[in-house]
Amino acid sequence: MSGALNAPRIRIPRSARAGEVIEIRTLIEHPMETGLRQDGSRAVPRDMLTRMVVRMNGEVLLAADLRNGTAANPFHVFFVRMERSSAFEFTWTDERGRSARAEARVSVA
Amino acid sequence: MSTTTRRALLALAALAPAAARAAADGALAEAIREAVGEAPIEDGGIVLRAPAVAENGGQVPVTVLVESPMTASDHVAAIHILATRNPTPGVASFHLSPLLARAEVQTRIRLAEEQRIIVLAQMNDGRVRRAVAEVRVTTGGCLT
Repeated sequence: MSGALNAPRIRIPRSARAGEVIEIRTLIEHPMETGLRQDGSRAVPRDMLTRMVVRMNGEVLLAADLRNGTAANPFHVFFVRMERSSAFEFTWTDERGRSARAEARVSVA
Repeated sequence: MSTTTRRALLALAALAPAAARAAADGALAEAIREAVGEAPIEDGGIVLRAPAVAENGGQVPVTVLVESPMTASDHVAAIHILATRNPTPGVASFHLSPLLARAEVQTRIRLAEEQRIIVLAQMNDGRVRRAVAEVRVTTGGCLT
């Protein structure tokens, strides 16, 4: 398997009230092959996303080390309290150093 | 081969399934040590939601919510998810910042067979809490 990683999908509101807690959902299509699975007599080669980092205004909000037990197409949900308009950056990195990235802005009126 | 050696080998063969189980327990203990070191572990203070029966072991929804004010001085620094009977115990480790509104993470995990999910939450002062959930699995999700 080669080439770029799939584009991640982010569900995040465009705007929020000051003090409001928003839900952020992230999904990236990826087989998360552990290298332990057999396809007939052939071992399916390992191909894992091992790192997800979410930044809010440049500061790390949530970082994850993903291991064999994380399901294919990693899906995560988490919650942030919005105090001011903020920029979010999402990155995923695989074991070969390839990465995928997404950005979002949430404005606080 | 001496009688003693033969007896020892026979005893070892009889123990093989137990040995495999011991190896899995060893890998789990090692993963726990790697996650939280030798810190004492207390039960409670965590809501761990997972289905009692998972139809598809390849996509098991899990929610972890740790009781915490999530302030700079008192917050959950990390949440570790482990599985007791997968080929390898590691599922994921999440490093949380107090910018999060609450110490909650939802994810989807793989379970090879009926087993327990262990969640360890590390507070910023080093305390460690644990929650465990038992999940029955209809179709295993790791090797298929």
